[in-house]
Amino acid sequence: MMPAMDSQAVFVARGLTKVYRMGEVEVQALRGIDLDLYPGELVVLLGPSGSGKSTLLNILGGLDTASGGEVRYLGRPLTGASDAELTRFRREHVGFVFQFYNLIPSLTARENVAAVTEIVSHPMTPEAALALVGLQDRLDHFPAQLSGGEQQRVAIARAIAKNPAVLLCDEPTGALDSQTGVVVLEALEKVNRELGTLTVLITHNVGIAAMADRVIRLSDGRIVEVRPNPQRKAARELSW
Amino acid sequence: MRLRALDRKLLRELAHMKSQVLAIAAVIMGGVATLVMSLSTYDSLVGTRDHFYRQYRLADVFVSLKRAPEPVALRLREIPGIQTLETRVMSPVKLEVEGFTDPVTGLLLSLPDGREPLLNGLHLRRGRLPQAGSPDEVVISDTFADAHGLAPGDHLAAIVRGRRQRLVVVGVAVSPEYVYQIAPGAMFPDFKRYGVLWMGRRALAAATDMEGAFNQVSATLVAGARVEDVLDQLDAALAPYGSRGAYARRDQFSNRFLSEELKQLKTTATVFPAIFLGVAAFLLHIVLSRLIALQRSQIGILKAFGYTDRAIALHYVKFVLVVVILGVALGVALGTWFGESLSRVYQETTFRFPYLHYQLRPAVVAIAFLVAGSAALLATVWAVFRAARLAPAEAMRPEAPPVYRATLLERLGFQRWLAAPSRMILRHIERRPVKSLLTVVGIACACGLMMVGYYQKGAIDFMVDVQFRQSAREDLALTFIDPTSDRVRHELAALPGVTHVETFRDVPAILRFRNHRHRGAIYGIQPDGVLHRALDTRLKPVTVPPGGVILTDYLAREILHVRPGDILSVEVLEGRRPVLEVPVLGITHQYLGLAAYMQQETLNALLREGPAATGAYLAIEPGQETAVYARLNERPRVLGMVAHAAAIRSFYATIGEFVLFYNLVATVLAGAIGFGVVYNSARIALSERERELASLRVLGFTRGEIGYILLGELGLLALLAVPVGMAVGVGLVGIVVVALQSELYRLPLFLTPDNYAMGALVVVASALASGLIIWRRLGRLDLMAVLKTRE
Repeated sequence: MMPAMDSQAVFVARGLTKVYRMGEVEVQALRGIDLDLYPGELVVLLGPSGSGKSTLLNILGGLDTASGGEVRYLGRPLTGASDAELTRFRREHVGFVFQFYNLIPSLTARENVAAVTEIVSHPMTPEAALALVGLQDRLDHFPAQLSGGEQQRVAIARAIAKNPAVLLCDEPTGALDSQTGVVVLEALEKVNRELGTLTVLITHNVGIAAMADRVIRLSDGRIVEVRPNPQRKAARELSW
Repeated sequence: MRLRALDRKLLRELAHMKSQVLAIAAVIMGGVATLVMSLSTYDSLVGTRDHFYRQYRLADVFVSLKRAPEPVALRLREIPGIQTLETRVMSPVKLEVEGFTDPVTGLLLSLPDGREPLLNGLHLRRGRLPQAGSPDEVVISDTFADAHGLAPGDHLAAIVRGRRQRLVVVGVAVSPEYVYQIAPGAMFPDFKRYGVLWMGRRALAAATDMEGAFNQVSATLVAGARVEDVLDQLDAALAPYGSRGAYARRDQFSNRFLSEELKQLKTTATVFPAIFLGVAAFLLHIVLSRLIALQRSQIGILKAFGYTDRAIALHYVKFVLVVVILGVALGVALGTWFGESLSRVYQETTFRFPYLHYQLRPAVVAIAFLVAGSAALLATVWAVFRAARLAPAEAMRPEAPPVYRATLLERLGFQRWLAAPSRMILRHIERRPVKSLLTVVGIACACGLMMVGYYQKGAIDFMVDVQFRQSAREDLALTFIDPTSDRVRHELAALPGVTHVETFRDVPAILRFRNHRHRGAIYGIQPDGVLHRALDTRLKPVTVPPGGVILTDYLAREILHVRPGDILSVEVLEGRRPVLEVPVLGITHQYLGLAAYMQQETLNALLREGPAATGAYLAIEPGQETAVYARLNERPRVLGMVAHAAAIRSFYATIGEFVLFYNLVATVLAGAIGFGVVYNSARIALSERERELASLRVLGFTRGEIGYILLGELGLLALLAVPVGMAVGVGLVGIVVVALQSELYRLPLFLTPDNYAMGALVVVASALASGLIIWRRLGRLDLMAVLKTRE
């Protein structure tokens, strides 16, 4: 029996599947996902590579569409939404952080954030967003002049500057050493706590799971475990 | 105003890609400059001509006749539709200029004594008009003055009706009636050997026994008058006085040639830019769509932020518009500069307007911008939407591992001959056959353009060779004052230095077939002549058969629309002015001018005259030319002489100069387009494969090895493009040949080895230069970046 829809949840997913082709190979990325995500919580998605974590995150964020099943955001269906509706959804509600930062190389830190704040209705200033991640002194540096950790914090500032309802992070520390990674995680933790933003964090690093409210483990396109974590650890106490 | 972040991105990337931006702008510039140069030249010359005609009151209708008493003019003025009518005396003249031994002929025209002419006014460049009562004063045409360095105060001698007369130059002038000056029997202007002179009416009448009479009439018409009616009435009124037929301005010699030249220029101004701009637009499309495809992951990020497809497309459209505006601006600037120079070249060589109103219509700039802009925008929007169609997650993902397979060569068992890098080149080309094909086609277009730009020179050499060495092989062509007994040939043959003589009989006539007409002449020539021959399509001499006429191909097909066997109506404009029915017996091939040939005997029989000649072709022993000229000059019946060598020289001086200028410019622009394409192809290939190549470097490949993989592919495609480009070039030249044919000349579809070499050269030189630039960039590949970031 399908679990009932929860009216409190930010995201509700039922029976999500996703199949896509990579070259000549057909990949079954998701094989039926049921999931509810609540306001203010910090959720870690764990799983080996190829388990479907990124696909799930992309579908939740409106970057990709499901092959089957249903996703609702605040009660409104995302599945079947048009490209324009998805664009508006992303613009108004979602902040993204990617493993490889994906900054625009020709824009400075401040301008990378401004590229987003310019198209939304009630953003923070780029300076405030960058201050929140501790980069108030690096405003006018180009991506090529910033370290990996700094670049990722610019990406976080860029994601949160629009005051999104949800922050989706795909392996935000994947390309960083553990010390730098901790700094980035601290920034995410601060955003989650101070702004109350629902934060979903993908990692294959079990150590990071200790900072989550809930840990969801995926394997081979299915959820294999949902584990609440009543004792959230602070990011700076983590190490791996 | 603060710049938006995306606009900053735009400016930074433009600055970062400046070499590529410039190369794309060069492609646009090449196309636009050709358009602006050609059309502005055409517009300027037409505008100047119209202004000049109006200002100096060029007549609408003209009649030449033998002799009519002045009171007849009163009757002519009564003809309904005539506004202003003026009579003149005109006479052919032989001229002697001190220090110049070649034969010089000219035309003497009367000016009203003591006042400006009402029609066909003179624009005085220097000096003044002749004074009444100074019978030796003349004004001379400026071309003739410039060719001989004559100025007011200088003297020359004229032989009018066998009487030698000493003249003093008092003025140098340009006339709208003689903008284009060609001696009778010549094919192109020769300013040294032909001049137009004006002298007082009374003085000229005295010299030509025309006191109280006239032999030329000019008139303007009132608005709305029917030209044909006026011509008919003039013909009727002047028939008893030996009229050679009234004709309208469209048949006026100078105006007709001017119109033909302008028509030809207009075609050039349409065909060349259409080809150049078309090719540039195509290349722009290829280059831009690849450039934008490279931005796939950035488009993905922007979409992830929530930018709409439209906003993203607009961003790239702005990028491209900057490049287009840059290219168009450069093209307009360069085109204006070339256009002004080209207009001046035309004005100095062919269209002797006293001034030039250079004009660039805003519409021309608008066309340039529209064509370049829409080609660029189409490419951009298409490429952006193709990238944006992907879900953003997919756009940011590296492209699916491309499907490579063993190439045909390898499958055929050649793989052991190919090292890994060579296999990579072949597989890469075979995997993206459309992209490789487009690159080849793009480079081939550049090669073809180069061939078009450079083609005319070889074609003109060939045309001149056929015309002057195979068809018109005489050393000297003579025209007589009136039809003369054919016995003159013996007289001429007896002159020392003359080795061969062929007489001819020509008669001015209007040829008609159904509703098509041509005002020209029929040439009666010797059927077995060796000096002046008609040629067939394989350029072999043909014998003119008796009993009919043979026409040159352009006259037969494009003007009269006749085929062998059709009956032509020939209205003779001389003597009794009979209208004859003459069968078309054949069609010959001729690149220059138009002609209708008959046997001299047939023509004389049709005119019911005995054996008569109006001129002769002479072969002269080398070294004896000057002596022969001098002897012929003394003979009053010899009216004009056109020397063969001089004709070739004057041909190159006129056609040659502006065609070669045009070609030079076209070649430069084709070169710019060619380099722009090749460089961009190479540069984009580098961007597309930067990561792959850097990865290979990390794995221990040398710069030479990765250079081979990248540049080897470019080189292979460039090599493939050369033969394709030659085929494209032949096709484009074919278009030019068909489009440019006119009454004046038809260019042969003739390409010299030089043409092919130039086409190949632009590809090879561009490829080498681009390769060198790319090679230097390969030395700066960021290897660390590959290890850090994905894809």
